[in-house]
Amino acid sequence: MIVAERKPMAEIVEMVKDCKKVLVLACRGCVTVCSAGGEREADIIASLIRLGAKKEGKKIETITASLVRQCDREYIDEIDQWKGKYDAVVSTACGVGVNFISNLRKDTMVYPALNTTFFGGSAEQGEWTEQCAGCGDCVLHLTGGLCPVARCAKSLMNGPCGGSVDGRCEIHKDVECIWQSIHDRLASFDRSAQMEVIAPIRDWSTAGHGGPRKIVRDDLTV
Amino acid sequence: MSFDPAITLFSCHYTSQQSCAEEGSELESLGFPQSINLVRVPCTGKLQVTTLLNAFEEGADGVYVVGCPEDGCHNVKGSARAAKRVEAVREALVELGVEAGRVEMYHLPRGLHPEFVEKGKEMDSRIRDLGPSPFNG
Ligand code: SF4
Ligand code: SF4
Repeated sequence: MIVAERKPMAEIVEMVKDCKKVLVLACRGCVTVCSAGGEREADIIASLIRLGAKKEGKKIETITASLVRQCDREYIDEIDQWKGKYDAVVSTACGVGVNFISNLRKDTMVYPALNTTFFGGSAEQGEWTEQCAGCGDCVLHLTGGLCPVARCAKSLMNGPCGGSVDGRCEIHKDVECIWQSIHDRLASFDRSAQMEVIAPIRDWSTAGHGGPRKIVRDDLTV
Repeated sequence: MSFDPAITLFSCHYTSQQSCAEEGSELESLGFPQSINLVRVPCTGKLQVTTLLNAFEEGADGVYVVGCPEDGCHNVKGSARAAKRVEAVREALVELGVEAGRVEMYHLPRGLHPEFVEKGKEMDSRIRDLGPSPFNG
């Protein structure tokens, strides 16, 4: 899922300082699962916006609502039911949702309530960790299913580097050296020889270094 | 400049039994501050972050929660959950430039005991020192 966290409230309150009515729009997708932008968090953000405005001697009214997802046209259409009832949308979706509303509703100002952080999973209750960087040319079949792009601090394709000590990364002792783990995991499948294979210089154009990415599936377009 | 604060206390059924005794008159006779509006809840674990924020929206100068001892909650983890939510409100207040001390969590033994009154007095005096809530300006 896409993992995100709430922006500092002062930043959000500053965004909406000239508004009288704000639609705080939750997303029931990824950000609900990572407890950053679901209905419960949207209610909290709405309350804090009202309080933040009160503190400045102003009044902001809020409507709180949610969409199934904010990354699909069909769900964005639902926003129209609140048309004319708000000056701006504060979206608690990831950045995709904010962009989608901006793309599709030319006359609607949308502000992000979250900092969209990474693609990850819930390691433990209340803890999420980055697992994939969406590089567009997956190498997991070569690395024992562990991602060197997202999980190696240097995104090395031929690791580990000389800073790896006792399975820990040199950037911090709390950080696993994923290349050590790749090595151990390959060894457990009797595939250590894979570590000797030099990965060629990568073409990072698939990772966004070639500009915004797009997938068109002819089989799905009519 | 002195002022009469409005303080909202959310207390679980078990730690606020004093409030029932003689229709609350016992608490009053023990010196429990008049500034405190006691809201009894079945378990403080039921309190949401928005419950606490709404109390500020409704004009409270301070908000606090009294629940069972962390290792002896009647509902196992209720008061520990409440403490986390109080902490979330505290952080949000700081983000808005408001004093963290306007919200507090106390874990107190269940039943009739003097700490319940003491903590009420402590909160009353703290909020008097802090002055009116910046949200009520
Ligand atoms: S808008 Fe973002 S958070 Fe919501 S479902 Fe889509 S990708 Fe996930
Ligand atoms: S190699 Fe690329 S696509 Fe595969 S998990 Fe890593 S970042 Fe994601």
